[in-house]
Amino acid sequence: MSHSLKNLKLKIWRQKGPEDKGRFETYDIPEISDEASFLEMLDILNERLITDNTEPVSFDHDCREGICGTCSLMINGQAHGPQRASATCQLHMRTFKSGDEIVIEPWRASAFPIIKDLMVDRSAFDRIIESGGFITAATGGAPDANLIPIPKPVADAAMDSAACIGCGACVAACPNGAANLFTAAKLTHLNLLPQGQAERFKRSEAMVETMDSYFGSCTNHGECEAACPKEISVDVIAMMNSDYRKAKITNRKTLSRT
Amino acid sequence: MAQTLRRGPVSGTAVAQKRKRKPFLVDLYATAVGKKYVMAITGLAMIGFVVVHMLGNLKLFQAETSPGVYPIDAYGDWLRSLLYPALPKYGTLWLLRVGLLGAVLLHVHAAYGLTVMNRKARPVRYQSSRDYQIATFASRSMRWTGIIVLAFIVWHLADLTLGWVNPDFVYGEVYRNVDASLSRIPVAIFYIIANIALGIHLFHGVWSLFQSMGWNNPRFNSWRRSLATGIATAVVVGNVSFPIAVLAGVVSHPSV
Amino acid sequence: MSINLDSKIPAGPLADKWDNYKSDEKLVNPSNKRKFKIIVVGTGLAGASACATLAELGYQVEAFTFHDSPRRAHSIAAQGGINGAKNYRGDGDSVHRLFYDTIKGGDFRSRESNVHRLAQVSVDIIDQMVAQGVPFAREYGGMLDNRSFGGAQVSRTFYARGQTGQQLLLGAYQQMASQVGLGNIKLWNRMELVDVVVVDGQCAGIVTRDLMTGEIISHAAHAVVLATGGYGNAFFLSTNAMACNVTAAWRAHRKGAAFANPCYTQIHPTCIPQSDDFQSKLTLMSESLRNDGRVWVPAVAGDERAPHLIPEAERDYYLERLYPSFGNLAPRDISSRAAKRAVDSGRGVGPLKNGVYLDFADAIGRLGKSVVEERYGNLFEMYARITGEDPYTVPMRIYPASHYTMGGVWVDYELMTTIPGLYAAGEANFSDHGANRLGASALMQGLADGYFVLPYTISNYLAPMLNKAIPDTNHEAFKLAEREVKDRYSRYMSIGGRRSPDYFHREVGKIIWDYCGMERNQTGLEKALSELPALYEEFKTDLRVTGDSESMNQTLEKAGRVDDFFQLGMLMCKDALDREESCGGHFRSEHQTEEGEALRDDDNFAHVSAWEWSGDPTAPILHKENLEYEVVKLQTRSYK
Repeated sequence: MSHSLKNLKLKIWRQKGPEDKGRFETYDIPEISDEASFLEMLDILNERLITDNTEPVSFDHDCREGICGTCSLMINGQAHGPQRASATCQLHMRTFKSGDEIVIEPWRASAFPIIKDLMVDRSAFDRIIESGGFITAATGGAPDANLIPIPKPVADAAMDSAACIGCGACVAACPNGAANLFTAAKLTHLNLLPQGQAERFKRSEAMVETMDSYFGSCTNHGECEAACPKEISVDVIAMMNSDYRKAKITNRKTLSRT
Repeated sequence: MAQTLRRGPVSGTAVAQKRKRKPFLVDLYATAVGKKYVMAITGLAMIGFVVVHMLGNLKLFQAETSPGVYPIDAYGDWLRSLLYPALPKYGTLWLLRVGLLGAVLLHVHAAYGLTVMNRKARPVRYQSSRDYQIATFASRSMRWTGIIVLAFIVWHLADLTLGWVNPDFVYGEVYRNVDASLSRIPVAIFYIIANIALGIHLFHGVWSLFQSMGWNNPRFNSWRRSLATGIATAVVVGNVSFPIAVLAGVVSHPSV
Repeated sequence: MSINLDSKIPAGPLADKWDNYKSDEKLVNPSNKRKFKIIVVGTGLAGASACATLAELGYQVEAFTFHDSPRRAHSIAAQGGINGAKNYRGDGDSVHRLFYDTIKGGDFRSRESNVHRLAQVSVDIIDQMVAQGVPFAREYGGMLDNRSFGGAQVSRTFYARGQTGQQLLLGAYQQMASQVGLGNIKLWNRMELVDVVVVDGQCAGIVTRDLMTGEIISHAAHAVVLATGGYGNAFFLSTNAMACNVTAAWRAHRKGAAFANPCYTQIHPTCIPQSDDFQSKLTLMSESLRNDGRVWVPAVAGDERAPHLIPEAERDYYLERLYPSFGNLAPRDISSRAAKRAVDSGRGVGPLKNGVYLDFADAIGRLGKSVVEERYGNLFEMYARITGEDPYTVPMRIYPASHYTMGGVWVDYELMTTIPGLYAAGEANFSDHGANRLGASALMQGLADGYFVLPYTISNYLAPMLNKAIPDTNHEAFKLAEREVKDRYSRYMSIGGRRSPDYFHREVGKIIWDYCGMERNQTGLEKALSELPALYEEFKTDLRVTGDSESMNQTLEKAGRVDDFFQLGMLMCKDALDREESCGGHFRSEHQTEEGEALRDDDNFAHVSAWEWSGDPTAPILHKENLEYEVVKLQTRSYK
């Protein structure tokens, strides 16, 4: 087991607040162990900055095991850094070589305004869910859980897309700043399930149109899938596109009945 | 679209925005997903045209049926009298032309709208260089290959349909006009570059249209990429063979 | 204020208590519900489900989360599953059996009536979550699948891959989001509770700090629900998320809410050992690994050979040796303590000698690599990513870590704290798990509280308050609380010492872990109680917070949380010292059987220790709620 220490140069985006222009600042950070996670490396940097009486770097993080979706960071031009299928918090310093320069930038999208340094506001995602990313079933009225059998492949496919952690890497990685993978993952999860059918088309229309008011458009680059810590496939986007079309037609018919 | 940080509680986000319903198609076209349907459908129409156009043009390589009578010229005549006498002469042709022109205009308009939207979605670009994982040169250069192809279409119409920029244009004599135009080396080079751009555009476009339309099925998903590669290659090889054939003297009209 | 520990357990036989309560409680008419405002702090399973349900009923709900989105709450990290007494397997499960397993697992230190209600509503939770679209694992026939879990002899655990907590939280979050969308919930994000306001003995509201602007804002309400999670981060290193803290519960405690059983903390036996001094948190590896892995350490201390060079004869498979019938599957507390003893005896493995081996070589030999990969592939991958070692060829290293806290704010049967109008739900309260929590029960309790308990019990409190004015935020109590909060945060800013809040958190956590961790004794606890106040003094004079208090300042946030961990830490040690017995997660080395098992003292300690804030963190006041068992007979747990 190697316990090598690395000397690294960090180029980190510093921005005092939403209005500040921001700039890169360079920090030399010697003797970082292989065992450190990427965020622990930033903790170490912050400890040193506090010792130097400088304000530490603000960044979002919480569970540090790749499930809460709080961490972000564009590391060397890749959302969540070079390791596939993982969030920044699951990245370890053994991925880097001594002498490397690591460039760290916040997610950039107009829907994700920068709060400070590397921290952005992703509440636009909540707005998308609020517009339709749910199944309306008020507490108390639910029928027995085994009343509707769900074929295993359907449940598995729904689970695949429900694995989304809402980190925003898809938006960050997308050359167009589109949130199609996030929106489509939720739509696919709910639209595949029998419980989700009643609201399927209402949901599809509402979520796509809310997404549209915040984010860019999908031009099928596939960068989102590559950046996704949960490896959600762009197939979900195809399903959303298909459901949106059906929704527009079905909802129009339904509306004309009322 | 631009978001500013806002403090205070959030509530009623799904009921606040009751927007006025516009006519169905306009409403559909208003969203990015709707625009992508338009891109995909018009794209599909144009792919159909490009493939048929290329196949038709292969008649350049058919030998004269009698001296001075070229199969491609006869093919041109046939196109002009398509569905005659059910429709007047030129009738079908003009219907197709108007349809294609409409497709081009819609395709360009939708692309423009989406580009503007995407610019707004990331007003401040990344300040460090990106390291793309999946995005291909084709997918990232759609705007530029599209513009090249559009410029080429305009030139191509002026050159071989209207004859405005063709030094030796004779209406109806396709074989002669092609030779006259492509014998000019700069024109031939432009023609080749434009068709390579077209191929790159199709390589992404053909695959992409399935996604945009939501035509997704695990059974044929793996074929989508092959189909895109196949169509793009066929179009480039077919179309680039014409200027090369002219320059090589394989296609040569006696009076040019 | 004197504390009254009236548990308000309804009359009647155990199995009818909850139904009796529901038939007798006071209700609020549907059109009057909108006249009541309820604040819910925290948006994990308990908070989100309470918000959604209360809003659906028609109350005005204001939800507060200190995360950027309600979906980030740490409920999301639960892996294993959720128990429900559905008896879908037909294997003899029932509400009573789940109730009994939970009481027994909690080492007979929980309130019978609460636990029975939990078992009753567990059935409805599964129905509700399936209706929300939670993609639980299914069998080929389309029916729900179950797995078995420690401490139970039936299969009653529902799961969604290894991400059950995530899927349940997202289900509750989505239900809550729909109510935000409809305008029935006001959602405040990146807002941290910094004080609770009590007027005339009733909870009148809360004071929050906007983490983005530093603004201190008061919020008045008819009732306040704290669903703010556990305090496992008091140990600094734990499997909790970085932001988990005790502040909300602690601030309520300081305003009069009794804090119950703080020494009941659960240690999870299979986590990846600490690898460096700067480690920020520990990662849990699913306990299922113990089904096929064999736990061992070198037989003699100081053996530095690589594991594959140590012959069989020189290995000590201590779990198999000490607990022949359960072997490597001995319960959480027992195998955790055994690992601690192995490491303390100098036989720990790994670069820091702080782990034990969990070896799959036999399993690979017996089953083949492909079967092992199928069963544990993603766990092995996770382990390899974190440690850089390949567990197929090198034995895994594991060590116990703090994981869950059974103690918390004292609540009665209605989940109301000792402050009328202030409720605590989920891990924040102490109610259901006694001295030890069974696997897959945390998710169950969070959702039970939020979905099926609070919505009933809150109306009982609110109904008599109809059309009575409540104090608004201009009341002097709010102004006073705001001033105190401002003073507190400006004090952190102005100390101007040398050490960061993280430094103090690490130090305080080390003391608590060393003396009030897996194994406690009088000497150690007394030592901790003398070291903690000294370190706390240092904190108050040597803290350094950089930046300003008017914009996002994570150092300042942390300072406030560490301050509260100090005070809580003293209470934990005090409680552990006071409880002269061993039970569940609380193991006093003075009180053990000859075989080294926990030795309960039911005559003197069959009670809940509820502590009252006295103004001095070193001198809390103890109140006792006696636990009366009508149905269950107290027994000694044995896993030999």
